[in-house]
Amino acid sequence: MTNALSPEVVEPTRGAGRGTLRYVATKVGGALVSLVLVVVLGFFLFRVLPGDPVKTITRDAPVDPARLAELRAQLGLDDPLPVQFLRYLGGLLRGDLGQSYNYRQPVLDLILDRVGPTLLLVGTATVIAAALGLWLGVRGGWRRGSRFDRASTGIALLLWSAPTFWLGMVLLTVTGTLFPSQGIIDPATPPGLLPQALDLLHHLALPCLTLVAVIYAQYLLVMRSSLLEEMNADYLTTARAKGLRDDLVRRRHAVPNALLPTVTLIFLNLGMVVSGAVTVETVFSWPGLGQLTFKAINSRDLPLLQGTFIVLAGAVLVMNLVADLLYRVIDPRVRAA
Amino acid sequence: MTSTTPAAITWRRRRAAAATVWRQFLRDRGGVIGLAVLVLIIGLALLAPVLTDAAGLDPTQATGGRLQPPSGTYLLGTDELGRSVLLQLWWGARISLLVGVLATLVSVGIGTLFGVATAHFGGWVAAVLTRATDFFLVLPSLVLAIALSTVLDRGIFAIVLAIGVTSWPTTARLVRAQTLSVESRPYIERAWALGAGHLHVIGRHVLPAVLPLVFANTTLTVASSIIAESTLSFLGLGDPSAASWGTMLNSAMLSGAVTFGAWWYLLPPGLAIAVIVLAFMVCGRALESVLNPRLRER
Repeated sequence: MTNALSPEVVEPTRGAGRGTLRYVATKVGGALVSLVLVVVLGFFLFRVLPGDPVKTITRDAPVDPARLAELRAQLGLDDPLPVQFLRYLGGLLRGDLGQSYNYRQPVLDLILDRVGPTLLLVGTATVIAAALGLWLGVRGGWRRGSRFDRASTGIALLLWSAPTFWLGMVLLTVTGTLFPSQGIIDPATPPGLLPQALDLLHHLALPCLTLVAVIYAQYLLVMRSSLLEEMNADYLTTARAKGLRDDLVRRRHAVPNALLPTVTLIFLNLGMVVSGAVTVETVFSWPGLGQLTFKAINSRDLPLLQGTFIVLAGAVLVMNLVADLLYRVIDPRVRAA
Repeated sequence: MTSTTPAAITWRRRRAAAATVWRQFLRDRGGVIGLAVLVLIIGLALLAPVLTDAAGLDPTQATGGRLQPPSGTYLLGTDELGRSVLLQLWWGARISLLVGVLATLVSVGIGTLFGVATAHFGGWVAAVLTRATDFFLVLPSLVLAIALSTVLDRGIFAIVLAIGVTSWPTTARLVRAQTLSVESRPYIERAWALGAGHLHVIGRHVLPAVLPLVFANTTLTVASSIIAESTLSFLGLGDPSAASWGTMLNSAMLSGAVTFGAWWYLLPPGLAIAVIVLAFMVCGRALESVLNPRLRER
């Protein structure tokens, strides 16, 4: 086939290569601007907006003036704002997110310790929710209006309406002592890979189930409507006219086309998954970034909250960049545009 | 009665259009049920001071025992301070609804403003606004809302602001698309040709055409605002003097209602949130499908 390519066909391909470069540059540039905005926002939110951050930190609590002065000095609040901003930027570039007021440890260390559990929870839940949502969406959309379609859409909307944390609490109450109510690994578990892994799964089950229950509805609805969008397409009529079986038409023709918008949605929704993770980790005392955020809120630990804000927002931005780049690879229509 | 001034004709036409929308809305069974549920809950919430005594919310005047299961006096049992769960649920509805609606007004206001401005003024204004919209669209809104409500002075308005400022991008996108489609029509060109200014085109032509869709979107935004409010309150960012359903669940968690198995304390606030969110969503979707014919066939 390649030999048959005429020069006219080769030409646009080369042009597309330059287009790809421009596309990547625009997207990466946009993401960089967003990251800078997050950094500025982090400074504005936690240093400028509170007026005197020390007051926010010590609200409700009588603190002696010497301790206040010490805190001010420790947070570098006596310098003018521009100096503080430069120091904050310099710190960020060196990977220094400041010192946690409550833990008296570098914020970065606290965050690094908790990235693993959050990635495990969010990753597992996203994969399961996407698989479940897409599958149910395809089945429902293909037989629109059937009892299965109405039931699965109804259940998904119902679960979506319930607050994530409440579902978690109800699950905990209902299952009683069947599942552990907190932590990630029981210290009493014997060492060795298998028992440790089983214990981890045991701890992961409920938080993951809660998260999946709330987020799969989005995937289902988008997959369903995107499949419906393809339903009247001429190429499906052609495929049927060729005599293909119904489920082959669905699997090989309709679904691959309908899948594309859903892929971006999976990444776009990561922000929502992160929100869900914050509350689920709180309910199940899952030692991740969400629980750390919760503890930072309740101990008014502004430096720590600033750190989790920058890390979570930055991570979601980077994942969206990945989605944009990936989308171009998998969808030729975007490349042509 | 038939006045023939242009304004009167316009209003008669709009009233007729509204009546058509209402008739079509009534044909959607789910939407009607949702609306009925909403009217009932909002009515009960408004009547709370008439039908109940707020004194029962004061922990110092609580008469019940700690975490008592439902009984004749306390239909939904008591909380960890001996207060009636039913009474708290009733008064909590006021806060949850108030915050949900106010936050939606802020969010839809910002979203409409940004959306219309992005579509109406092209060039660098649009470039900057689109960039800002995209930025807030991908930013995890709960994380931003947490940050905002932590640093602002605690209270209902901090929460309203935190939710409103973080949830407007979807409205902005919707309004932008709708404005673009309206502004490409010939009657806008005619208005320009007759010497209309920006204010006239936006106020007289674009907004009336965009607002119905914004209204449908508003109902959906109230639903997500109520969830966001409950989440922030659950995380301990709520106003302690004005307990919402989220605040109730926060105290339920902190008082160990989960391990105690106090289902009467745990279930009602969550179910209430789910019911009202679902009602708003069903209404919003019904309105959307009436106003957007493309969706109706599905």
